[in-house]
Amino acid sequence: MSKITIRDAIPSDLEAIIALDRMPNEDKTGYWQSIFQHYVVAGRPDRVFLVAQEGKSLLGFIIGEVRAWEFGSPPCGWVFALRVSHTTREGGIGTRMFTEICERLKKAGVDTVRTMVDIDNKLTLSFFRGMGLRTGRYVELEKRID
Amino acid sequence: MKLNKASLFALISVLELARDPERQLSTSDIADKYGISSHHLAKVMRNLVHQGVVQAMRGVGGGYRFAGNVNRTTLLDIIQLFETLESELDLPHWNKAAEPVVSELHSVTSEIDTVTRAILDTITLATVLKNTRAAGERVAEPSPPGRK
Repeated sequence: MSKITIRDAIPSDLEAIIALDRMPNEDKTGYWQSIFQHYVVAGRPDRVFLVAQEGKSLLGFIIGEVRAWEFGSPPCGWVFALRVSHTTREGGIGTRMFTEICERLKKAGVDTVRTMVDIDNKLTLSFFRGMGLRTGRYVELEKRID
Repeated sequence: MKLNKASLFALISVLELARDPERQLSTSDIADKYGISSHHLAKVMRNLVHQGVVQAMRGVGGGYRFAGNVNRTTLLDIIQLFETLESELDLPHWNKAAEPVVSELHSVTSEIDTVTRAILDTITLATVLKNTRAAGERVAEPSPPGRK
């Protein structure tokens, strides 16, 4: 594998990110355009959007930000998106991106990072546990309201 | 949650073997190291071999070797070879009047079981080994001078 770099996303990464995240029967173009506006174009240190690049290809991305006083919590880092292309998984790309985003969030002034993952997404849950995350102080609750 | 002895012995031996998948260890090697019953451990090892988690090596220097993938095998994968993780309400007899309460309690224990399984099913052997190595290194680090 040639050299993989972890860098900030730039506006011209949009198409590659949409392709990495593409799922059958889903069009998330509008969602990604909005995310790019908020996390890339805005260029704020408390909003972090990183990509993993090898040559001209994007192999993964991770997005997070500092959120303050949500549910009464003091400022902390939230990682809310992570993807590594199927072909390059288990090669350490996710670990490098997560390590880098934790550094960025720490520089932005927080000492805790949180995430939320679907209970059936064993792969991603296992990854975050491998990165040292544990069940935290805030428990997600939900109810159908239909 | 209370894990039974067989599950605990299985986790201890699988983690010990997975620490170095090339290494072969006998039942007594593992039992002596952890101070557990080799008789009970032998039964556990037979089940682990039967399930393909470890491999029995014959001949001189034979023993057991880890046969799985540390990045894919979870704590739940090992535990559920020896027990089911379902909470039980110890209420053998009750009147019809108790049924709504019992039903609600079953719903609560089911929620607990779902979370328990989700936790155990996402902690891989690799994660446990990494954390135990890190804990061992912290213990081995000398205290800074002048501090107790």
